Amino acid sequence: MARKIRVLVAKAGLDGHDRGAKVVASAMRDAGFEVIYTGLHQTPEMIVQAAVQEDVDAVALSILSGAHMTLFPRVLELMRAAGIGDVLLTGGGIIPKEDMAALRRMGVGDLFGPGTTTTAIIDYIRGATRGDTAAAGAAGQKPARSGPAKAGSAR
Amino acid sequence: MSLVENGAPEAEALLERVYGARPAAPRVGITGPPGAGKSTLVAELALLLRRLGKRVGVVAVDPTSPYTGGAILGDRVRMSELSTDPEVFIRSMATRGSLGGLASRTEELAELLSGWGSDITLIETVGVGQSELDVAQAADTTLVVLTPESGDAIQSLKAGLMEIADVFVVNKSDHAGADQLVAAIRSALALRAPAPWRPPVVRTVATERRGIEELHEAIEAHRAHLADPKAQGGRREKIRARLKNAIRERILEAAWERQGLAALLDRAADQVLGGAVSPYRAARDLIERITDHGERSPN
Amino acid sequence: MANAARTETRTEPRKRETSRAPAPDSAAPSGTENGATPPPLFETLSGIPVKPVYLPEDVKPGLDERLGEPGKFPFTRGLHPEMYRKRLWTMRQFAGFGSAEHTNQRFHYLLAQGMTGLSTAFDMPTLMGYDADHAMSFGEVGREGVAISSLEDMEILFRGIPLDQVTTSMTINAPAVVLLAMYVAVAEKQGIPPEKLGGTVQADMLKEFIAQKEWICPPRPSVKICVDMIEWCAKHMPKWNSISISGYHIREAGATAVQELAFTIADGIGYVEECVKRGMDVDEFAPRLSFFWDVHNDFFEEIAKFRAGRRIWAKLMRDRFGAKNPRSWQLRTHAQTAGVSLTAQQPLNNVARVAIQALAAVLGGTQSLHTNSMDETLALPTEEAATVALRTQQIIAYETGVPNVVDPFAGSYFLESLTDRVEEEAMAYIRRIDEMGGIIHAVERGYPQKEIADSAYRFQMQVEEGRRVIVGVNRFGGEEEISIPVLKIDPEIERRQIERVRAVRQRRDAARWEQAMKDLRDACRTDKNLVPYVLDAVRAYATLGEISDLFREAFGVYREPAVF
Repeated sequence: MARKIRVLVAKAGLDGHDRGAKVVASAMRDAGFEVIYTGLHQTPEMIVQAAVQEDVDAVALSILSGAHMTLFPRVLELMRAAGIGDVLLTGGGIIPKEDMAALRRMGVGDLFGPGTTTTAIIDYIRGATRGDTAAAGAAGQKPARSGPAKAGSAR
Repeated sequence: MSLVENGAPEAEALLERVYGARPAAPRVGITGPPGAGKSTLVAELALLLRRLGKRVGVVAVDPTSPYTGGAILGDRVRMSELSTDPEVFIRSMATRGSLGGLASRTEELAELLSGWGSDITLIETVGVGQSELDVAQAADTTLVVLTPESGDAIQSLKAGLMEIADVFVVNKSDHAGADQLVAAIRSALALRAPAPWRPPVVRTVATERRGIEELHEAIEAHRAHLADPKAQGGRREKIRARLKNAIRERILEAAWERQGLAALLDRAADQVLGGAVSPYRAARDLIERITDHGERSPN
Repeated sequence: MANAARTETRTEPRKRETSRAPAPDSAAPSGTENGATPPPLFETLSGIPVKPVYLPEDVKPGLDERLGEPGKFPFTRGLHPEMYRKRLWTMRQFAGFGSAEHTNQRFHYLLAQGMTGLSTAFDMPTLMGYDADHAMSFGEVGREGVAISSLEDMEILFRGIPLDQVTTSMTINAPAVVLLAMYVAVAEKQGIPPEKLGGTVQADMLKEFIAQKEWICPPRPSVKICVDMIEWCAKHMPKWNSISISGYHIREAGATAVQELAFTIADGIGYVEECVKRGMDVDEFAPRLSFFWDVHNDFFEEIAKFRAGRRIWAKLMRDRFGAKNPRSWQLRTHAQTAGVSLTAQQPLNNVARVAIQALAAVLGGTQSLHTNSMDETLALPTEEAATVALRTQQIIAYETGVPNVVDPFAGSYFLESLTDRVEEEAMAYIRRIDEMGGIIHAVERGYPQKEIADSAYRFQMQVEEGRRVIVGVNRFGGEEEISIPVLKIDPEIERRQIERVRAVRQRRDAARWEQAMKDLRDACRTDKNLVPYVLDAVRAYATLGEISDLFREAFGVYREPAVF
């Protein structure tokens, strides 16, 4: 059976602007992904517990409030503690390039600023999870993750 | 769980190991037309169960788009309060276009949740397509959730939806038409042949946390009924149906995966299209070939 | 009417197509200058088809009646006979960030620059009913607006500003009753009674559930508190606009102009119905209801929207609700240029966008206007950008001659035809919502939310296909690096705010606080108007978070339906 890419889409923090997150989620659905949409006002703890239970291939956060430098690292930390440090953490919002670079150095994946097309995001996630998928697809198993975040542990 | 969902070879071994490792958690299916408030109801039920100290598993099923193969699984949104509780495990599942395959997959996920230690597993379904019948199969107790807005539609409600209910829930029962709906359900039930279990009708207002205790009591009552030896016949029927389903699926899957069969199907379709052969004849021929193959070569 | 029937069915099928189209792996490249350009869209942003030329026969007969005169029913041409010749619209620029002291400074600056009214933005924790020291506030204090946790913050915010001489607009919704009470309490300390206070509190919870999503409690208790404020202000604050029924956020969330108009008016109907149910006479409160429109790019559609809005509301108030006072028939509105239309790429372009949008608002007859700053996509605006935005309004007001004539486009074949069309399509939505049992039912079912999500998705797909051009983004540029300036909010602000709110809790009269909270808690269990109880709590220095928590306990916390 064809393996589906499962992505968690969440709005972290208090910000309620979910237009972008919903549009991206819809586009992902139209690209064949299974999107676990957790809605607004998610804390890092809520996001990571969901990511673990849903066994997602990627976590995508939408942060427009400027609080990305506290939220992304915290989510990454919790993901690592929960044993899913090698799952792709990506997202978008109003994030300066310097901050994107700083986050990438910490282990977060590529982040997307205003004006990014949904296609770009979808292609990125496909690519970041594909190499694993192809190899493991035949066996139908959960692949070892490659990607920008190298926590080192293979599955 | 993904191993199981994707049909990986390891999945069977995993399921084997899990089955029976812990007592199977009772499964409650929650189904009904869209907009009935099922998600909120499931969340409230889960909160109640938590207050009673139970570990809760939730399987939330949403439809896969037939055009794109993707799905938006949004049931967690209504369950925010539960999403940091380590004693609650919520898994969102897409139907993935399965016809009947859904029941098996749901059951298998529910098995895994038992293995995790769930004391009770709630299975929520979207209420379109065949999914509610599948869920009823996978569940021990099935709740059918209706609202006064769906009231008139009792007659037009999909065949089978009325029959599968072990408990009827009238949600949004503070809306106009609730009394009429309850009455309509009761009279529909009265027309049935007497049976050992009479589905109760529970009124709830899930958004205001009303009626949830009563609902829980009704579920427990049904559970007690199932434990009663007189009810074994019904349970045996269910298990029998489950086995049949599981077997049928695997046979079909194995058959289609065989080389050449896909091509045969294409050829048959062309023949039917060209008028050379009737669809019934074409189907019969294909079936013969499939079963022939099944006999001759081992799985 | 054939028209209405056509428009009703028209909106459904078109949506389904675009939202279900599978995105191919090889996505069509968005149109660039060199690539194959997709066919242009000759339709408004709401999807209303637009002809090359409009002729007299494009206007349905009976125009004179539909137009009326400015200052007379149905107010299509404007609320006043002379409009801006007599008095310009209020130039009201939104401001607020960091601490109350910082914002107070910005207020003084803007007043000195010629702004005529104050408008306050609050930070996310305040908007959501959390004190600065709550776990959910972490990292967000003072970031997108001013942090107000207690009356003390409010006192600092308005220090040195005579509240009987300025009007203040407070953009706050879920805990609006708390902020309103604090404003009244601050004025009290300045020796000014509530009757003298002029301004607005947004307090429109229905649009929160539909679009902005800053909520605490579920729809029904939230609306009840809005009605409490309308009732109390009708009696005690006659110069105060107790609600700003907003279309802005609905638009920003992705609605079309028609949907913005329809859902906002439906919200208005909802509030009026609740007030009337409570036994209020419609003329008691209707004159103080105010509105808030977005002003987006489609120049003529926006003007048509303003005009159609006034006409629809006038007819509803007079004929459906039986209002007798002509002031009850008037849709008074604030407008803000569309934040969502601003681009991060080539930000100077935004100055042009804002100027054109502002012009549309003026031609549309707005009562007050906020113009966005060019750098607002990425962060709170810098002082220079905020000044340019204000100057834009001043240039329109003093240099263009536009304010000298009321509704100059009246009689235009195109504009009148468009105004009629926008009205029809909006009314189709409003009728459908009525059939659902009203806006509260519609919101609980997720109907407007779904319409908006569909429009947002459709728009995005049009942009990605290149059919909708965004200058500097999918055409004429778009390659350059966007440099997002970091308006660094000093983390000290959060720390100091936390200290302050804790100090307030320590310092206050505990007995007085306890009594006030108890009274409020008891009142929540009844049908009583909560405003006086919140006033007492606020005077006793109960914090915003404490009062919000009380509401959470009494009324429950809202969980949204995930609608796609």
